[in-house]
Amino acid sequence: MTRRTLTEKLAILADAAKYDASCASSGGQRRDSRDGKGLGSSGGTGICHAYAPDGRCISLLKILLTNVCIYDCAYCINRVSSGVERARFTVDEVVRLTVEFYRRNYIEGLFLSSGIVRSPDDTMSEMVRIARTLRERENFRGYIHLKTIPDAAPELIEEAGLLADRLSINVELPTDSGLARLAPEKSPRTIRKAMADVRLRREESREPSHTGRRPARFAPAGQSTQMIVGADAASDATILGQSATLYSGYGLSRVYYSAFSPIPDASRLLPPERPPLLREHRLYQADWLMRFYGFDAAEIAPEGGMLDLALDPKTAWALAHRAAFPVDPNRAPREVLLRVPGFGTRTVDRILAARRHRSLRFEDLAAMGAVMRRARAFVTLPGWSPRGLLEGEALKARLMPAPQQLSLF
Amino acid sequence: MREIVLPRVGSVAEWRRQVRGLLAAGVPPDRVIWRMGQAAPDLFAEAAPPDLATPDAGSAPPAPLRLGREAVAVLESAMHHSDPDRFALGHALVARLAAGRLVWGDRSDPPMRRLLAMDKAVRRDVHKMHAFVRFRELPADGPRRRFAAWFEPSQNSLEPAAPFFARRFGDMDWVIATPGLTARCVGGTLDIGETQAPPPRGIAADPGGRAPLPDRPPAPDAAEDLWRTYYASIFNPARPMPRAMQAEMPKKYWKNLPEAALIPGLLRQAEDRSRAMRKAQPRDPSPRIEAAMRNRRLPERDLPPDGAAPDLDTLARQIRTCTRCALHCHATQAVCGEGPHDAEMLIVGEQPGDQEDLQGRPFVGPAGQLFDRIAGEAGLDRRRVWVTNAVKHFKFTPRGKRRIHQRPDAGEVQACNWWLMQEVRLIRPRLIVAMGATAAQALTGDGRGILKRRGGLERPDGGAPVLVTLHPSALLRQPDPAAAAAQEAGFRDDLARAAGFVAAG
Repeated sequence: MTRRTLTEKLAILADAAKYDASCASSGGQRRDSRDGKGLGSSGGTGICHAYAPDGRCISLLKILLTNVCIYDCAYCINRVSSGVERARFTVDEVVRLTVEFYRRNYIEGLFLSSGIVRSPDDTMSEMVRIARTLRERENFRGYIHLKTIPDAAPELIEEAGLLADRLSINVELPTDSGLARLAPEKSPRTIRKAMADVRLRREESREPSHTGRRPARFAPAGQSTQMIVGADAASDATILGQSATLYSGYGLSRVYYSAFSPIPDASRLLPPERPPLLREHRLYQADWLMRFYGFDAAEIAPEGGMLDLALDPKTAWALAHRAAFPVDPNRAPREVLLRVPGFGTRTVDRILAARRHRSLRFEDLAAMGAVMRRARAFVTLPGWSPRGLLEGEALKARLMPAPQQLSLF
Repeated sequence: MREIVLPRVGSVAEWRRQVRGLLAAGVPPDRVIWRMGQAAPDLFAEAAPPDLATPDAGSAPPAPLRLGREAVAVLESAMHHSDPDRFALGHALVARLAAGRLVWGDRSDPPMRRLLAMDKAVRRDVHKMHAFVRFRELPADGPRRRFAAWFEPSQNSLEPAAPFFARRFGDMDWVIATPGLTARCVGGTLDIGETQAPPPRGIAADPGGRAPLPDRPPAPDAAEDLWRTYYASIFNPARPMPRAMQAEMPKKYWKNLPEAALIPGLLRQAEDRSRAMRKAQPRDPSPRIEAAMRNRRLPERDLPPDGAAPDLDTLARQIRTCTRCALHCHATQAVCGEGPHDAEMLIVGEQPGDQEDLQGRPFVGPAGQLFDRIAGEAGLDRRRVWVTNAVKHFKFTPRGKRRIHQRPDAGEVQACNWWLMQEVRLIRPRLIVAMGATAAQALTGDGRGILKRRGGLERPDGGAPVLVTLHPSALLRQPDPAAAAAQEAGFRDDLARAAGFVAAG
């Protein structure tokens, strides 16, 4: 490898890291440096310090330790058969970049990932060394997210979990067969086993105290994963089913969906197409419905089915279940209100709080934060009845966003 | 009319103190004019001391004021808004809350809604300040490094925003200057005062090379160039979404963000870069890499041999890679049986549960713990038997953060029977205990009528005798305590009988 400047390395290794969508820096242990002996704080809501022109937030210094990799995952810019420029940071370089960026308030912390050099253990122990240097030598109390290498030794994962706020292991593709085809070195069994281990360790480290549950010391901000959308033929129903399985089995904080986007020097196995950004967006909406609105994966996307790109999944569900509407916000229970299009969780909480001491009128709903353009056909209360609005094809047309809003380019 | 002048520093705390006094004195809000004063609180005190001692004649008696913690936080936050009417609005709302004429948070009340909107705007502005302040390093002569930043908030956000920086940057000295106020944190002590120097026109226009003033950021340093490199490299040109970016990073902040100058250029080149990536022909890897790839270690190469297993260790390796039915796609791992290889008794349950699936060992979850207890009471030592399941993968439906157990169907039991029969063949137990319908079906071909059959010995196909009993999870699911106790006793008897059968030799 040619000798490169720090700037050149940063350019190559940030470019190589950008296909990982995760950027969260919230939650976990509360720490600060008011004692004057260290640098950094964490544990509140995360902060997005900048936004790239692709609309993604920049919260963490997201880099690879190296983009040299012995694996050949077809969707990955860093696979061994790709012709991209290669580079490798030293431990000190990553530590220095993190601390200097942090001191200038550019970032919340570090998100470190890596190609697999030599062996999974070699790579993982180098990553752990960076986290340890940051914590012990630099007294760094900001956020650290380590991408875990599933095949690495359990002792290394154990140490990683004690140093980092979050661990993540990417499932990469929604089906085992997709993974076998596109990422032949990765084993879905090993990945799931590693996620199970993180969950068990987190539960062990959360010893109950007299004050009740306390945050885990092992990966206190939890674990997350990522699935690539559009690189294989998996349907939305398959993807959401896989997410539901992962959320229920491993206590994940988040599943990230990454629209497969063309990469420099792409593999023949993959479609050279624009990334399916709208599909990615609908999957995130559906994911939210599963986690905060009480929907099941199968309700949102029927077996083998795809989400409607023209409509958000909640509105699409309501249109397909018109018999369940209209709903009376003065009477309906929380779980029914959560299914009304245009009502968010905050709106529902406000409705429930307000109706305890008075009866709500139609005009009040907008003040509670409801999006009335979507909600009006699905509610009935003093001052309003949807009458014929709920029936007929016209409703769907009315709920569609204006065509130009669909174009994200 | 009474005029109250608030200090520029600490104005909200002073407003709160004054409102408390005004309410106690019964001064109606419409008789007060609020104004921001010149400088320090002591100046203000001379200007207009409110006469709190003498209540206005004819006013209502002072009502005791109690507000929830959230209400106080929202009021204080909203008072940092830039709207000149904020103090009067807040005062009027507090008066109505105190008199019981308004419920906190009632969004049908327009002034309340306005206050909540102000609070939201201030919280957003404070959050953006936490995000978008950019420090530059100043020369330092002591051990603590020194940094300075210039920021232009939209609301009066410096005071509510500053403590965050003190918590975060504990080991350095820093100053954040805004057009109105400047926050300084030296040696861990946070101090807020009025900005002294004429404000510069933002970082971008700041002439470099001049000796930095305390209230003025210095020239950019090398880290800023690295940061710009990072910003340009982390952007994915295949998915430009400038509107999404601007919704979160509005243009009004751009002039003080060192990376923002890159945005127009990045967007201009994005489509060309993206098209080039899509059009590029896939290349073949170099011969050196081709050779390296031929020697890769693929997971399939670790597969154990096919066919009947010669011993229990090979069998375990085979079971771990089982794909005989679709259950393997969702479960974490296949759970093999465990115990001494020369066990005289084989105990078969239904399938691994949530904990077994995570840990990879049979009978470790709630049902397994219940089994251990009752087996102990029945004189059956778990360490001397082989425990396994009829089906080796966990079958479940996801429900939120939990996995709900599902009974395996006949096809899955059939597919897994291949493994169970090999366990029977390799261990050659003198007795098999089938717990529950699934195990009974796998071992005797019939899973019906467990309650009638329990406790009896069956001899299918002339092999080892099978003792059918309940599954311990059935005891856990039994809602009626009396029935549960009776079933537990029956289960204990069955296990005791099994233990006795083996001991009798």
